Amino acid sequence: MSENIKAALEAYTSTVEKAIAKFPERPNLPEQRLYTPVDLGDQDYVSEIGFPGQYPFTRGVQPTMYRGRFWTMRMYAGFSTAEESNKRYRYLLANGGSGLSCAFDLPTQIGYDSDDAISAGEVGKVGVAIDSLADMEILFDQIDLSKVSTSMTINAPASVLLAMYIAVAEKQGVSADKLKGTIQNDILKEYAARGTYIFPPKPSMRLITNIFEYCSKNVPNWNTISISGYHIREAGSTASQEIAFTIADGIAYAEAAIKAGLDVDAFAGRLSFFWNAHNNVLEEVAKFRASRRVWAKVMKERFGAKNPKSWMLRVHTQTAGSMLTAQQPNNNIVRVALQTAAAVMGGTQSLHTNSRDEALALPTEESVMVALRTQQIVAYESGLADVIDPLAGSYYVEALTNKIEKEAWEYINKIDELGGAVEAIEKGYIQKEIQDSAYKWQMAVESGEKVIVGVNKFQVEEKPVEGLLKVDDSVGALQKKKLDALKERRDSAAVAAALANLEAGCKDESVNLMPLILEAVKTYATLGEICGVMRKVFGEYEAHVNL
Amino acid sequence: MEKRIRVLVAKPGLDGHDRGAKVVARALRDAGFEVIYTGLRQTPEQIAEAALQEDVNVVAMSILSGAHPQLFPVVVNLIREKGMKDVLIIGGGVIPDGDIPALKEAGIAEVFTPGTPTGDIVKFINENV
Repeated sequence: MSENIKAALEAYTSTVEKAIAKFPERPNLPEQRLYTPVDLGDQDYVSEIGFPGQYPFTRGVQPTMYRGRFWTMRMYAGFSTAEESNKRYRYLLANGGSGLSCAFDLPTQIGYDSDDAISAGEVGKVGVAIDSLADMEILFDQIDLSKVSTSMTINAPASVLLAMYIAVAEKQGVSADKLKGTIQNDILKEYAARGTYIFPPKPSMRLITNIFEYCSKNVPNWNTISISGYHIREAGSTASQEIAFTIADGIAYAEAAIKAGLDVDAFAGRLSFFWNAHNNVLEEVAKFRASRRVWAKVMKERFGAKNPKSWMLRVHTQTAGSMLTAQQPNNNIVRVALQTAAAVMGGTQSLHTNSRDEALALPTEESVMVALRTQQIVAYESGLADVIDPLAGSYYVEALTNKIEKEAWEYINKIDELGGAVEAIEKGYIQKEIQDSAYKWQMAVESGEKVIVGVNKFQVEEKPVEGLLKVDDSVGALQKKKLDALKERRDSAAVAAALANLEAGCKDESVNLMPLILEAVKTYATLGEICGVMRKVFGEYEAHVNL
Repeated sequence: MEKRIRVLVAKPGLDGHDRGAKVVARALRDAGFEVIYTGLRQTPEQIAEAALQEDVNVVAMSILSGAHPQLFPVVVNLIREKGMKDVLIIGGGVIPDGDIPALKEAGIAEVFTPGTPTGDIVKFINENV
C-alpha cells in the first residue's frame, strides 16, 4: 500500500474534523465515512476476487453472466384452486415470465388434505390447494413441462409434490430426465424461521438425501434443494446471519448426503440457494458476492469437491416481503425496483419481485404486472445487466464483501462448535440470534433511529386501499367435493397397497422412499394420506420457543 | 403489589410467520406484562383452553395467511363459552382494512396492522384491561 495514499487520507481526515464541527453528520451512519485503497490492503485480486465463472466466483458463476441471457424472471404465484392458479401461470408466461414458481397453500405445505379439520380457513389462501395428482394435472394443464422450468416452494412434503410433477410430465409424454426445476426441500430453515415442518430432523434429512439420490439418477436437471436464507432474513436476521445460517444448513445437507453414501460431486452441482434482496442496496450486493466465495471454499476445501459445478453457489432471489409497507403502498414499487437492482448487481440466476399490495393481501393481476415490468425495465433499460459484476473494485463494496464474509465464517465456526446446524437449531441458538436481530430492528424503527418512509416519517392520512385480491371462501368446500368424487372413482385397493408399501419402506432406513411415493401418487392417494403414513412412522417435530 | 397483566400471544391456524408475534411478545414483556406464547399451529380450541388454564387478561392473536375471517371469531366464541367474559381479545397481521369492521363485530377489540409501533399495543392493553 503506497504511503502517499495513507498520508493523503490522514490529511483529508483532519479537514473533515473541522467540517464536522460546523456541520455535524447525521446520526446512525455506518462507522466508516469513506473507503479507499487502504481498506483493501494487500488483497490478491486473482485468488480472492478472480474472474466470472472461476473459483472463488466472487464475480459470478457464469463466464458472461447476463450478456448471454438475463436471469430467469420467475414470479411466485398460486392461490385458490388449481384451475385459478393455472390461469395465472398461463397469464405470466404469456407476458414474458420465463419460469414458473408455485405457491402452495398451508395445508398442502404441512401435508394435510383440504377436508382435514385442521385445514379450516386456510384452504387456497397463501397458495394453491393440491390434494392429489388430479389437482396437479389441472395446475399444469396446457403448460408444456418439457419447455418450462418450475420452482415449487414445498419443503416437508417435497418428495410427494415432486413425485406428482414427475407423474404429470409422464402423462404429457415428457420423461423425467427432461424436467427442469427446483423444489425448496429445505427443512432446516423451516425449523429455524418459516414454520412449515412436519417430521423431526432425522427422518426429514433422510427424505432429503433420498431425493438427492433419486434425482441424480432419474431427474438429473432438477435442483433438488433450494437452501434458503430468504425466510431467515424475513424472520429478522441481518445480511451476514442470512448467508451464514444458510450455508451452515447447506453444510448439514452435504454431510448427511455423504454419510448416506453419496459422492459429493454426484449431488453438489444440483444444490441451489435462495437469497433475500433487502433495502440496503450495496450491502446486498456485497452479501451475494461474499456468499459465493464462502460456499466455493466450503465445497472445495471442506468437502473436497472436484467438479467446478459443485463449487458454484447458484441463487434464486426474492425481494424482501417484510420491507413492504401497508402505508402508501405505491412506494413499494420504488423499494422493489431498488431491491431488483441489488439482486441483479449481485448476480442472481433468477428473481421474483414482490408486488406493491402484498403487505395487505395477495397481489392483484395488475400489481403483479408492475412487479414483472420492474424486472424487465432493469434488464432492458437500466444498463445494470450489461457489464459483469459492475460494482467490483469499488473500495466500499469490496471491503463490505470482505467484512460480510468474515462475519459469516465466524457464525459458521460457532455453529460447528455447537455440533452443526441441526444441533444449533435444536438448541434454539439460530432462532434466538434471529429473534434478537428482529427485535433490535423493530426498536430502531420505533425510536426513529431507522426511518421507514410512510411508516415512522412522512406519514399521511390514508384511505383504505380498494380492489385488493380476495380469495373466495368457497375454495375449501370445492376442494372437499373434489376429494369426495376422487375417492369414489379411484381404485381403493391399489391406494391401500401403495400406502402399505410406503409404510414398510418408511420403517426400513435403507430404502429410498422416492419410488414408493411415486407409486402411491399414481394411484391417486392423497397428499394427506401419504403424509399421514409418514407421520405415523416418523412422528412429528415439536418446536420449543425461547422468547 | 398490583397483579401484573397476563397476556397470551397466540398463532391460530397453520401460518408459520411468527416474527411479529415474537416481537410483540417480547415488547409486551419488556413493558411489564406477563407473557405466554403458544407457539405455532394452535387450533382455536387449544388457544381458548390455554387462555383458561393460564388465567390471562388478554389474548393477542396473529395471522398472516388470510385465515383471520374464519379463525378469529371462532376463538372469541370459544373463549366466551368458557366463561371468560372480561378477557380482552386483540388481533394483528396482514389484515386488509375492509375486513376489520367484521372482526370487531365478532368481538375482536382492536386489530393492529403492519407498521404498528409496539407501544400502541401496550397502550391499548393498559387502557382496556
